[in-house]
Amino acid sequence: MKENKKTYWKGLEQLTNDPEFVKNADREFPEAPTVSAEGGASRRDFLKMMGFSIAAASLAACEAPVRKAIPYVNKPVDVNPSVPNYYATTYSSGGDYASIVVKTREGRPIKVEGNKLSSITQGGVNAIVEASVLSLYDKQRLTGPMINGEATDWSTLDNAVSTALNRANNIKIVTNTIISPSTESVLEDLANAVGGADIITYDPVSTFGILQASESFYGFSGLPTYRFDRANVIVSFGADFLGTWISPIEFAKHYSKGRKISTENPNMSRHFQFESNMSLTGANADYRTPIKASQSGLAILALYNLLARRGGGTPVQATTVEIPNLERAADELWAARGRSLVVSGSNDPNVQVVVNAINDLLGNTGETVDFSRPSYFRKGNDVQMNQFVSDLAAGRVGGVIFYNCNPVYDHLRGAEIAEALPNVGISVATNETLNETASLVQYVAPDHHYLESWNDFNPKAGEYSLAQPTITPLFNTRQAQDSFLVWSGSATNYYEYLQTSWRNTLFGGQTDVTDFTEFWDRTLYNGVYSVAGNGSIVELSGMGNVGQAAAEINRNYTADSTNVELVVYQKVGIGTGVHANNPWLQEMPDPVTKATWDNYLTVSQRWAADNNYRMFEGDAKMARITVNGKSFLLPVVVQPGQANGTVGIAVGYGRTKAGRVADGIGINAYELLDNSRGFTNFEVLTGVTVEMTSDSYKVARTQTHETYMRREFVIQEATLGEYRENPAAGRYFPEIYSEGEFVKPSKISLWNGHKYSQHHWGMAIDMNSCIGCGACTVACQVENNVAVVGKEEVLNRREMAWIRIDRYYSSDQSAESYKELEVASDNPEVVFQPMLCQHCNNAPCESVCPVIATSHNSEGLSQMTYNRCIGTRYCANNCPYKVRRFNWFKYHDNKDFAAVNVAQNSDLGKMVLNPDVTVRARGVMEKCSMCVQRIQAGKLAAKRENRKVIDGEIDMACAVACPTDAIVFGDMNDTNSQITKMLKIQDSISATKEVNEERAYHVLEEINVSPNIWYFTKIRNKDKNEA
Amino acid sequence: MSIKRSLLSVPLRLSNLALLFFLFMGINAYAADPSVSDSDDAITAGRSLFNANCRACHALDRRGVGPALRGVTERRDIDWAKRFILNSQALIQAGDATAVALFKEYGNTVMPAHTFLSDDDLNNLLSYIEYGDTADASAAAVGEGVEGEQATGGIPSEYLTIILGVLVLVLLLILIVLGLIISVLTKYLNKQPLDQEDKEFINQKTDIKAVFKSDAFILIVTTIVLALVVKTAIDGLYSVGVQQGYAPTQPIAYSHELHAGQYEIPCQYCHTGVEIGRSANIPSANICMNCHTHIQNVDGQEGMSPEIAKIYAAIENDQPIEWVRVHNLPDLAYFDHSQHVVVGGVACQTCHGPIEEMEVVRQHSSLTMGWCIDCHRQTEINTAGNQYYDKLVQLHSETKSSLRVKDIGGLECAKCHY
Repeated sequence: MKENKKTYWKGLEQLTNDPEFVKNADREFPEAPTVSAEGGASRRDFLKMMGFSIAAASLAACEAPVRKAIPYVNKPVDVNPSVPNYYATTYSSGGDYASIVVKTREGRPIKVEGNKLSSITQGGVNAIVEASVLSLYDKQRLTGPMINGEATDWSTLDNAVSTALNRANNIKIVTNTIISPSTESVLEDLANAVGGADIITYDPVSTFGILQASESFYGFSGLPTYRFDRANVIVSFGADFLGTWISPIEFAKHYSKGRKISTENPNMSRHFQFESNMSLTGANADYRTPIKASQSGLAILALYNLLARRGGGTPVQATTVEIPNLERAADELWAARGRSLVVSGSNDPNVQVVVNAINDLLGNTGETVDFSRPSYFRKGNDVQMNQFVSDLAAGRVGGVIFYNCNPVYDHLRGAEIAEALPNVGISVATNETLNETASLVQYVAPDHHYLESWNDFNPKAGEYSLAQPTITPLFNTRQAQDSFLVWSGSATNYYEYLQTSWRNTLFGGQTDVTDFTEFWDRTLYNGVYSVAGNGSIVELSGMGNVGQAAAEINRNYTADSTNVELVVYQKVGIGTGVHANNPWLQEMPDPVTKATWDNYLTVSQRWAADNNYRMFEGDAKMARITVNGKSFLLPVVVQPGQANGTVGIAVGYGRTKAGRVADGIGINAYELLDNSRGFTNFEVLTGVTVEMTSDSYKVARTQTHETYMRREFVIQEATLGEYRENPAAGRYFPEIYSEGEFVKPSKISLWNGHKYSQHHWGMAIDMNSCIGCGACTVACQVENNVAVVGKEEVLNRREMAWIRIDRYYSSDQSAESYKELEVASDNPEVVFQPMLCQHCNNAPCESVCPVIATSHNSEGLSQMTYNRCIGTRYCANNCPYKVRRFNWFKYHDNKDFAAVNVAQNSDLGKMVLNPDVTVRARGVMEKCSMCVQRIQAGKLAAKRENRKVIDGEIDMACAVACPTDAIVFGDMNDTNSQITKMLKIQDSISATKEVNEERAYHVLEEINVSPNIWYFTKIRNKDKNEA
Repeated sequence: MSIKRSLLSVPLRLSNLALLFFLFMGINAYAADPSVSDSDDAITAGRSLFNANCRACHALDRRGVGPALRGVTERRDIDWAKRFILNSQALIQAGDATAVALFKEYGNTVMPAHTFLSDDDLNNLLSYIEYGDTADASAAAVGEGVEGEQATGGIPSEYLTIILGVLVLVLLLILIVLGLIISVLTKYLNKQPLDQEDKEFINQKTDIKAVFKSDAFILIVTTIVLALVVKTAIDGLYSVGVQQGYAPTQPIAYSHELHAGQYEIPCQYCHTGVEIGRSANIPSANICMNCHTHIQNVDGQEGMSPEIAKIYAAIENDQPIEWVRVHNLPDLAYFDHSQHVVVGGVACQTCHGPIEEMEVVRQHSSLTMGWCIDCHRQTEINTAGNQYYDKLVQLHSETKSSLRVKDIGGLECAKCHY
């Protein structure tokens, strides 16, 4: 029975049947819940109090409190209480970019969604963009300008800054990448007005290597547009393009186009990944090869030589290195010339030169590597920044303006900057919060939040977008561009400046619209504007010198290093750390490690075995890591798939002045980076030592919560070859013995079934498209007012997420003994499975509720009625999918959770709550409601307009957020809906739909709970099942 | 316009009178003017113009802020009426006697200019004023004569009390008469020679103490008392948090009876959200000022009414008016006005009661879940012309009963709780 099946496991402790794990596996929540979090009241006290409070409540009820209804004095024409407004605007932080639509209620932005009109992000968002709305209501934001730490007013600050700037010589303006043309020109104006200041651009996670390589190879300094949708074969060397690299939303959207598969189009791209840490992108690769960081340059060189031999190019001298799958990758790349793509996450210009040469050899330049529309997402120059820090340290800088950047924290020489800043003649920062850098400068002129600002963006040649305010500024802040205009002596404001610049350039460059106001309003409404035609054609001149790059690579990389190597990476949720003070992002489990609220050292299984280290659940030990003299203590997390001999640490932690959510978590990995070779190197190849200590530490990981008790067939998968032969490959068809024969489980039921006469809502989740990025989980949290519980409560398995992404590793199927099964593969395959309430037609939870607080409705939804719930938790016990979450505490208006659950604990934070969704009380159960508030609103809109519901007008928060369109929601009674077509439903009347799509399956079909959520089998583009 | 004005401003009363004379002469000729037609199209167009521009101050058959308008084409020359509608102030300033008289009569209330109306618009408007909505007249009559309506609905409650009182009085009289008869008869019998047994029977005294002490009596009384206590307790518990009849004093003594009742201002004029969303909206001060820029006191009194002054103060100080919320649904219940008013076609009064008669707004309904559910059980769905319900109507047509809210999930939890 088992021989042909893989073993799936969520964590190492499950695989090895760790006693602690087994003890907890059948319990959704751990034993003996602590109640300390609410002032030490015991259950008995609670009962005592209850008696009194009932009496008190009935007395109090005699005199209802007077509630006020306060209307506007002057109601704005377009704001109607209870009716949402949507504004197209743009999210941008450094070079990270997303065109978005913001939902506002009563003038408050409450939800961010992707703008489908954008040709770049195409309606997609990621977790950081979703969560950015909460940072608007961050208590840490400055409420007004400051001079030397004292609050002041704007005119005093302007006078002081203008005078000081005019007096100072050698002024530097430091910024992260700016993709706003008008902001750049305002900064240039300022630079000229103060007598020629230099503008220094750097990026915390820089792509300087790519910029330099294009310069030396093509004679053009810029990033190309990578077209993952056009590539049939993708080879990535450490580039986490689905999670964090350059423009992950765009890349995920494009990548998913090549991963959608159907019987009509049984083709998909093949993805090779060579990397040290297990990244989100690596987890999605068809062939993933762990390589040491010290081999990465050589691996690319080897690939170049393999291809050069095939294509008649000149192979270069290269140190031989043994890399599995490289030969195969070369073969396939060669076969898909012009339809393939090689990328590298390395910041080494020499490596990127070879990558350029490979793409040139393959004829990809102009096809999948598109220089005709260069992108401007990263412009940082490591050399310039390095020079600036040296100048600053040597006292050669007379004045410095930091435009929304935080180099004291996120530059490797931040400590030197911090030390030198007090000696600079004038220092100004425009940061929104008093962060590590802003707290050290003389003048702080806080910028608006991006949701309060006007701006324009030019993320790519020919592609523009606008940002507009979605709320009146909350505090006495001022848009940084306005500050710059004031300081440069201009009388105009930035809004006028922006309009003038658009009138002169873009409006003048088109002929469709003759009236500027109309042009402006239309662009503002759409949020984006594309210049007709093919954009600027970049002349690529000459070929770079591969030989020279190869020589450098041979010198700097080794095939057989025995050093411990550190690879610094970004987490999908935390990114560069700018948004670290956002509890939604902190509590979002990392897609791969499933750890929340923490920074840790990832090590390989072999390293753990060598050091006799085992971790189960969250119980970890600390290790001391020393990098070139700097020493830190970090918990150790064993990461299957980590290249042996390497360790990984994420940036974005170790903040000291981010705010109370982020401060004190982890260490600042930027300090560990290496710039000995002129660029910021995220791979530290020498001088790293790691020693285990005996200190214990708890890492809050959600990976082993809610297990399936080793039930099989939760994950169903096949290879592309198998799928082509049989579309139902990998499917499991359970049969139940009944009355003398084996029948499908759906044939046997205790229930009479429901009747869905109008709508039957359902969802299809394509596990082939799902990349596990977690955007849906944050979107759900925002939409449904899901509480943040904090690290302690996550350790108690009490996280509240309504949708989680289960990450499964799978081992080799070739194991012959059970003992062998327990040996985790060094490089396992990974599957992501979004798990949420399955809205079962035969819901086991509904029948056990003693007070009918959960019930089924006539549209297929399993409803949860909080005000009926008395908290018996029978439903959670009876849920086979473990998707019900219990409110162990009152998470709102509770000072014990105020530090983490900021959206429900202060007047400012509460502005982000969705007014259409109840904030749940202590002691009630909650779960995915299938965004019933959106369903109700959509139906009402249709009814008001006397029409039927149009497919697509009602969509779930998770489905809208998904950057790969892996989640499809719709009405299965509607014969024309996308979901009906996807699932190939023919009979659309009965409650139990006959689904003819071969890949679609129910998780745990054998128990016939008849869910309304279908999963599509995972298809791997592999020759055979191999781990 | 300037020519007209110069012509009219000739300060010769005589010429004005002559003009008036000619104008009155013209009435006969204009009364049959085909431009003011009684065609349905004209009336419909006129109605929407009237509702949009005039309704706030005028009614057809009843005096409001301005005069009742029906019959204006007979009372006045049509051209004059049109000029007055277009810009009454111009006429008044020109010294037109009728116009000045009207202006004075209605407390110097300025009627805004409507220069945007075309001649066709004016004709349509006059058509509506003349021939439209005769039902409006009856509705207005009902609105004015509340007692009249009650009289037609059965015996008024005061009469009922009087009748009951009289009945009780009659019964008491009968009781007294019977008592008198008994005493007379007893006296008479006592004078007759009777045997001991009969005497005892006649003179027996009722032992009240014994009755009070009897088990049956105690049982009955206890049961009744218990039943009453339990009933009161249950009623009391059910009404915890129920504020039916709640009529708090508002910061401004605003009268719905005046605005919605007498002046027939449509509810939606102020409660702008009722057709578009969940919240009906308490009107913002600028909506009040649409009318109260012109109307500053009641019934033509001089100066500004202290209540109206509060609106001006709110605007000047930029301080919103803090109304006391009368209808408080719990936060866990989602109620959407547009669903009920637009889709369901439910009248405001169904839930809010006779709001147009309320001097002070009070909570008419209990607003309990039972009350919601009862209505959802009984109410038939307004499916006419709404494609959304097509499939449901078709499926339901197999059954004999009508399609009610409960039949399409109107009793399900997640309709209101999420």
